[in-house]
Amino acid sequence: MKRFFKGLKGSYIALVLLFLYSPIAIMIILSFNEGKSRANWQGFSLKWYASLLDNSKLMDALEVTLIVAFAATLASVVLGTLGAIGIHACKKKYSTALINLSYLPMTMPDIVTGVSLMMMMVFINKYLFTLPRGMFTMILAHITFDTPYVLFSVLPKLRQMDPNTYEAALDLGCTPMEAITDVIIPEIKPGIITGALLALTMSLDDFVISYFTGGYVQNLSVVVYSAAKLGVTPDMYAMSTIMFVTVLTLLIVVNKRSTLESIS
Amino acid sequence: MKRSFFSGPYALWMVLFTIFPLIFVAFYALTDKNGAFTFANLAQGFENDYMKVLWRSIRLALECTAICLLLGYPCAYILAGKDFSRHKSLFVLILLPMWMNFLLRTYATMTLLEDTGVINSLLEKLGMQPKKLIGTRGAVLFGMVYNYLPFMVLPIHTSVKKMDERVIEAAQDLGANPVRVFFRVKLPLSVPGIISGISMVFMPSVTTFAISRLLGSGMIHMLGDTIENQFMTLNNWQFGSALSLVMMALILLSMGLLNRIDINKSERTNNW
Repeated sequence: MKRFFKGLKGSYIALVLLFLYSPIAIMIILSFNEGKSRANWQGFSLKWYASLLDNSKLMDALEVTLIVAFAATLASVVLGTLGAIGIHACKKKYSTALINLSYLPMTMPDIVTGVSLMMMMVFINKYLFTLPRGMFTMILAHITFDTPYVLFSVLPKLRQMDPNTYEAALDLGCTPMEAITDVIIPEIKPGIITGALLALTMSLDDFVISYFTGGYVQNLSVVVYSAAKLGVTPDMYAMSTIMFVTVLTLLIVVNKRSTLESIS
Repeated sequence: MKRSFFSGPYALWMVLFTIFPLIFVAFYALTDKNGAFTFANLAQGFENDYMKVLWRSIRLALECTAICLLLGYPCAYILAGKDFSRHKSLFVLILLPMWMNFLLRTYATMTLLEDTGVINSLLEKLGMQPKKLIGTRGAVLFGMVYNYLPFMVLPIHTSVKKMDERVIEAAQDLGANPVRVFFRVKLPLSVPGIISGISMVFMPSVTTFAISRLLGSGMIHMLGDTIENQFMTLNNWQFGSALSLVMMALILLSMGLLNRIDINKSERTNNW
């Protein structure tokens, strides 16, 4: 009886996995199909992968995605880490207000964040100074939604710290700046790294906010969306496969790293 | 220099890039094309056509949430149980699609559902009449469930895993049968997980526009589609902003509601 139930549970999990993975698996298989047909296997071929390299739109989008993600991550790590150190040190009333403010972009629907930023950018460009929508405005928008993730990864680490460590560093002759770079930063480094990884993932993955704030500049997600509106093509399968395998590899690497960390 | 000054740049950034843009939303929502104050945009949002869109979005999101809960709870519960404690990788497999771009996941479902897609090609091969799948309400619902199911499994799994084994054993020792143990002990204890699962599924599905646009072929309009349309095609920022306000109100309302349930339930379990 027990074995029967275990089998039942196992088959339920198998069904859910089948539901989640069959579309992805079919897409990966079709990316190697010689023909365009979705029903017939017309022989193994890498031609859809080769056609990706000739697709300048995709290559440009890849470049945009990477530049935006890394620039926004870098800026939000600096902004978020300093912000967390500041918030941790300031009065309760002020810090609660700032923390609540940080929840705002995380809870707001992406589409509202996107259109609100777009309206502000267009307004600035029209009445204040030239700020054409493009890669730069996309980076500004990404910094805005990335930074709270850094902040909320760093804050717990600061709270775990012994508050006397900083005072001790000052008593022993550190300037406040030195105390931060030599004492606090090393202590909260794991939080900073987690925050950076989160920010990077969020940026690489973002569609809605980039769609509204990028103007004619498109990142990969936006290109996938515009292509999908016109219907499905096999070269996009090839791209999806590459992206899926990349994410999988990254996750395995990150997991390996964190298990190594927890062991050592 | 005081350490608290370091929060300055961050505070400034957040005010400039979250508060200010929201002022623009409010401003456009409450003015007409000439910049004069008006309630007309908001009133237009409550016209019949748009109420239908709003209702459709809420219903689709609720259905999606309910299906995800029904499919996801057993899944999380089984994977958190003793039988599968040694198969951690299965849980990771369920969560893995979360890290895949949601447009690619939607693209994958399009491959199945298109008129000449996998399902219809197979139907034809078997000599059956092809079915219209894409562009229907069902396709949009399918795509939403497919995209958001892992977000339901994750928090429920965490809360089931966190349950105090001794409480469950106590219930068993006191003579409760497995069904009773589940409904009186395990289910109430997993409510926090259910609540966060519901919000993680309901919020993105009620605000989506890409999934409904791609799988509904532009035939199934949700609130997000309408907003996107006002900004990107019709260039009516005033009305788009008004609808954005409606969407924010909807999100705040549902968050408030979910928080209340959470508080009530946890109080009840404490009393018990």
